Amino acid sequence: MSEQLDYREMWTELGLDLPAHDALLAAVGSMYGETFMTQENRPEAIGYLDFVMSEVHGLRIKELHDFRAQGGKVVGTFCLFVPEELIRAAGAWCVGLCAGAEWGYDEVEQIMPRNTCSLIKSFMGFKLTKVCPYIEESDLVVGETTCDGKKKAYELLGELHNVYVMELPQMKNADDFAFWRQQLVTFARKIEELTGNTITAESLKAAIVEVNDKRRALQRIAAARAASPAPISGRDSLLATQVAFYDDVPRFTQSMNVLADELEERIKNGQGVAPATAKRILITGTPMALPNWKLHDMIEKAGAVVVGEEMCTGSRYYDTLVDESVASIDELFDALTAKYLDINCACFTPNNGRMEDIVRMAKELNADGVIDYALNFCGTYQMEHTAVERALDAAGVPVLRIDTDYSGEDTGQLSTRIEAFLEMI
Amino acid sequence: MTVSLGIDIGSRSVDAVWLNDEGVIIDSLILDSGFDPYEVANSCVDSSTWDVLTVTGYGRRLAAQSWDARAVTEITAYGKGARAVYPEAGCVLDIGGQDTKVIILDSSGHVSDFDMNDKCAAGTGKFLEVMAQSLGYSLGEFGAAARDAQSSVAISSMCAVFAESEVVGLLHKGANREAVARGIHESIVKRTVAVLTRMRASGPLVFGGGVAQNTCVASLVKDRYQDEVVVPAQPQILGALGAALLGLESY
Repeated sequence: MSEQLDYREMWTELGLDLPAHDALLAAVGSMYGETFMTQENRPEAIGYLDFVMSEVHGLRIKELHDFRAQGGKVVGTFCLFVPEELIRAAGAWCVGLCAGAEWGYDEVEQIMPRNTCSLIKSFMGFKLTKVCPYIEESDLVVGETTCDGKKKAYELLGELHNVYVMELPQMKNADDFAFWRQQLVTFARKIEELTGNTITAESLKAAIVEVNDKRRALQRIAAARAASPAPISGRDSLLATQVAFYDDVPRFTQSMNVLADELEERIKNGQGVAPATAKRILITGTPMALPNWKLHDMIEKAGAVVVGEEMCTGSRYYDTLVDESVASIDELFDALTAKYLDINCACFTPNNGRMEDIVRMAKELNADGVIDYALNFCGTYQMEHTAVERALDAAGVPVLRIDTDYSGEDTGQLSTRIEAFLEMI
Repeated sequence: MTVSLGIDIGSRSVDAVWLNDEGVIIDSLILDSGFDPYEVANSCVDSSTWDVLTVTGYGRRLAAQSWDARAVTEITAYGKGARAVYPEAGCVLDIGGQDTKVIILDSSGHVSDFDMNDKCAAGTGKFLEVMAQSLGYSLGEFGAAARDAQSSVAISSMCAVFAESEVVGLLHKGANREAVARGIHESIVKRTVAVLTRMRASGPLVFGGGVAQNTCVASLVKDRYQDEVVVPAQPQILGALGAALLGLESY
């Protein structure tokens, strides 16, 4: 219990609104129980993630707190385009910030339109109502000019916190690569200034290998899901990728490799979390930030199993590695540029790579159907619904379009659509 | 003799169909959902004999759990029911009290695609109800008045709330009541046909749900859909019928 007191002291130090924060923890805890603990036959190694989530605002925050007390710097991010490697190469820690729950919307709607994507409203809501210890532990928050909503939201967030915005190109032509590379160099300088450390070829190479190792572990888990019966649920797999954004890198990598070992054993023994006859679904679309588990939960409670995610909280996180074969600082920056610009986000035009990935993944994972998911008011992904549907129609793969938000209002309508889709495929 | 009972628990009505083992309708009931649709459905379940029970509609899951019945979505149930009343059906249109569905059937009668509008009342029975009231018609009179109108006034709002204001505005400017009624019906059908086009609906269309009984909507859909349009004798019970048929198959 003295541990609990330590946390409350720490939370108070961070300026959190304790009663509101308690309410948030209770809500997330209860959601976690309903979503994860109702599952059967989960791999044992998933216990690591259950533990991490039970301490989501406790132990990890303490680690960040102690790190900063020793002079370490923490950098909060919202997007996969922000290179964790550069942050780590300067000795700082990178934490992905939560943006997956409907919270503080009344406060948010005073400064932002009601018709804004839930992800943006969520992170602003967390900040405005002072319930997120991660953002409060961030010495710097890095935004990016991905979509219009985020671009303008960072202006408002910048009034409340130390924010640096990276400028992402809109296309992937030669001059865009050169531009993005320059952005990485400028960002590197910013992190050096923040930490007082210099990024060297050695420190950058080491960081690249570390983060690649994390990706490799997640790749193993993703590959295991191609098996039938599926050895791990979509819910647990999604959680793994979400936690990847903020957990201690070497510890997380090791724990995920242990999980992957167990999944590979399960495959040999034909052990699954759902019968082999369960419908297999691939989800594609906008990222699902912590603690957004809504769609996976509905699909899997309807008796199907989610076998993959073509999203930033999924394949786009770990599918491609940074080239480790190079050594000079210039080559390492080239390698980072190439890998990061290879992310098939709808913010880019054109985005044909995403359609190819979806069709390929549907085949590799033996998906019976694809669900194309977008948050309401997400202009880019909602526009891409047409391209996704055309690509899947041409490939003969059934697809269901879902536009939703974080609320529980549309659960009935969504479950009817999902169940009808499962009955159909 | 095996009796299969199919129940469709909807927002406005609870429909029940009893089939014998040859798939012939022994009995059917359409009841008002009231404020406790589950209880209404329960009364059908308790007061009759049946061997297999299948439930559809928005109340299906809770109901299926309590009665040890199978739950199927309205999409699958409507597809099945439509194909039974018209074996060549290529698509199904259901305009209900609060939602609209388009179901595409493949050549073997299986659902191959579907679209639901259940996020707002635009283009549903609810919209017609609100509009009828603001024009001073009963629901029954409304369709007839629209059908017999000599002219039409375009309504631009599809939102039931905004359209009501628009209609009041038009009446104050002296617009003819029947023409406004006609305009409302035309706007529903225009929206419906847009969905059918987007879904590439083809082949005979079975038009079910409560709104299929509105003679103006039915006749406008027939005019504007490129293929045959069939309104079954009992359009409201297609879901319950489909559910009962599915029950029979699985028994």
